[in-house]
Amino acid sequence: MKDATMSLPPSILSRPVYGVLAPRPGLAHLVIADGAGAGAVADLFAADPGIAGRAHVLYTPGPDGGDDWAVIEALGAAQAQRAASVPTLLFRLARVLLDAKAGTQCYLAGSEGLIGQAERDLMAQGVPHQDIQKEHRGSTVRRVQCVHCKGITEAVRTDPFVCSHCGLSLYVRDHYSRRLAAFQGVCIDAEEPGNIPPAVEKFA
Amino acid sequence: MLDLKPDFGSFFKDETFTGDFTFANSPQSVRRFPFPFDRDDYMYSVNIEPHVSTRPGSVFEHAFDIDEHYVSEMRDRARVLARDPLRCQSLPHMELAGWDLLELLMESLARDYPQWFTLTRSGNDWHWVNKPLGIDQRFTFLDASSLPYGPMEYITRQVQGDFTLQDERDQNLWVDAGMVTTQADWSLDFDIGMNFFEWHAPVPLAHEKGIFERALKFLLRLQHGAPVRRFNWTMTVNPLLDTAPETYPEWGAMRTTVTPQNVGEKLHLRVELQSLFRLPRSNAIAFSIRAYLGRFDDLVTVPKWGRRLHRVVRDVHPDLAAYKGFLRNRDAMTDWLSHHDDGAPTSPGIWPD
Repeated sequence: MKDATMSLPPSILSRPVYGVLAPRPGLAHLVIADGAGAGAVADLFAADPGIAGRAHVLYTPGPDGGDDWAVIEALGAAQAQRAASVPTLLFRLARVLLDAKAGTQCYLAGSEGLIGQAERDLMAQGVPHQDIQKEHRGSTVRRVQCVHCKGITEAVRTDPFVCSHCGLSLYVRDHYSRRLAAFQGVCIDAEEPGNIPPAVEKFA
Repeated sequence: MLDLKPDFGSFFKDETFTGDFTFANSPQSVRRFPFPFDRDDYMYSVNIEPHVSTRPGSVFEHAFDIDEHYVSEMRDRARVLARDPLRCQSLPHMELAGWDLLELLMESLARDYPQWFTLTRSGNDWHWVNKPLGIDQRFTFLDASSLPYGPMEYITRQVQGDFTLQDERDQNLWVDAGMVTTQADWSLDFDIGMNFFEWHAPVPLAHEKGIFERALKFLLRLQHGAPVRRFNWTMTVNPLLDTAPETYPEWGAMRTTVTPQNVGEKLHLRVELQSLFRLPRSNAIAFSIRAYLGRFDDLVTVPKWGRRLHRVVRDVHPDLAAYKGFLRNRDAMTDWLSHHDDGAPTSPGIWPD
């Protein structure tokens, strides 16, 4: 299993707060995880052996490539699927939500990008905020929206980085939108074009 | 489409806020400039007061101030929106608040400026005439299909200042709609849907002081018919109304054009007269963010303002200077302003002596 002790920098006010998954009573348990989030799911199932029989797990490898599918498979969930990527996981999630019953408990674990996008889709379907738990594990890479071209660059590791859509060099502003599930990227050399500091690896 | 047929008449100025930057304040406009500093130093405070009519001729006389820049500002807004429609957005549940805002603005303007605006109502059949912009519109109140835009966009294309509409839920305010084309470097497209603490997250120093918790508590008690106001301010190089993050690569380099010789001409104190109104049907809060640009050369013609601006710029916390985008030019600004500060004491309050 990947090292699960990597920590996020001190939180900012527009960013969601992450906790530790804890079992809650519910008719059904919807579990969405990527990468090292598998460890959080294993801990959750261990805390309440009753969950597995009513759990549906959607899993995909993390943005750093870490794939702990074997951990998920061994948990004995009623349903468990491995998606090839976050977009394909979200596609499956949309179908699952069509049949989700009121009172379904939702658990999100893994990278910030996966948690943010899954939470966005859950809330868009009317799942109440209090029925969603989130635990960050593993990679701290960021999903960043370019404020200029509006394109989202996934798995940003460095600051500054190059926007994968318009090619501007962006610094990552500590401002987070739940609606976009993304941080804000702002042109770093707008005032002195071409003066771009070396990229520093800030997120891993 | 809102087809502007501007009539500048003898009062409104035909000027630009981009390109050749022909914007300028007349001497009368300088005298009524809303200088925001009531003392010689500045730090964040809640600084909210009732938005009541005071000082005839001042920016506080009317609920929404229409000044000599009105027609040109509306033309500039149309230009910005044509390039980037994302500057005006409204989440689906905010349409009723948009009608509330339309009513508030039309009633206020027709009451306070009858020479320019008239509103005639018969039940829900409304007739709106905006003479300076050449608009004559009959429509059905609460029927969005009777206007060329949604209600918020329709009316805010005709009123100076940015507007946001805040929905109230869960003991918080959510910025769920807005018209934002004259902003001090914040993105509606990024912030829409955020709550009060989220959209203020990037502001330095104020969270630690509990400013936003107190301000939110105050605003949740805001009553219909009892609007409030406050000032905010920043600095802008050239009279650029639209300092949006979206277009920062286009205007950012202007900040490097400041020299000791051109500070007075290039630097503008940008003051936001912010006012907040509880809306009657939606229970939303309308937030008007009206930006005024004051050229340093003009501001120092009022001796009290020259002295005070020097002291504020010189002493402001560096984190605030950085957040407001003038850390790079602060030394040049302070040097230039020091020649307009003889060290004499200043009187309390914002008004000229």
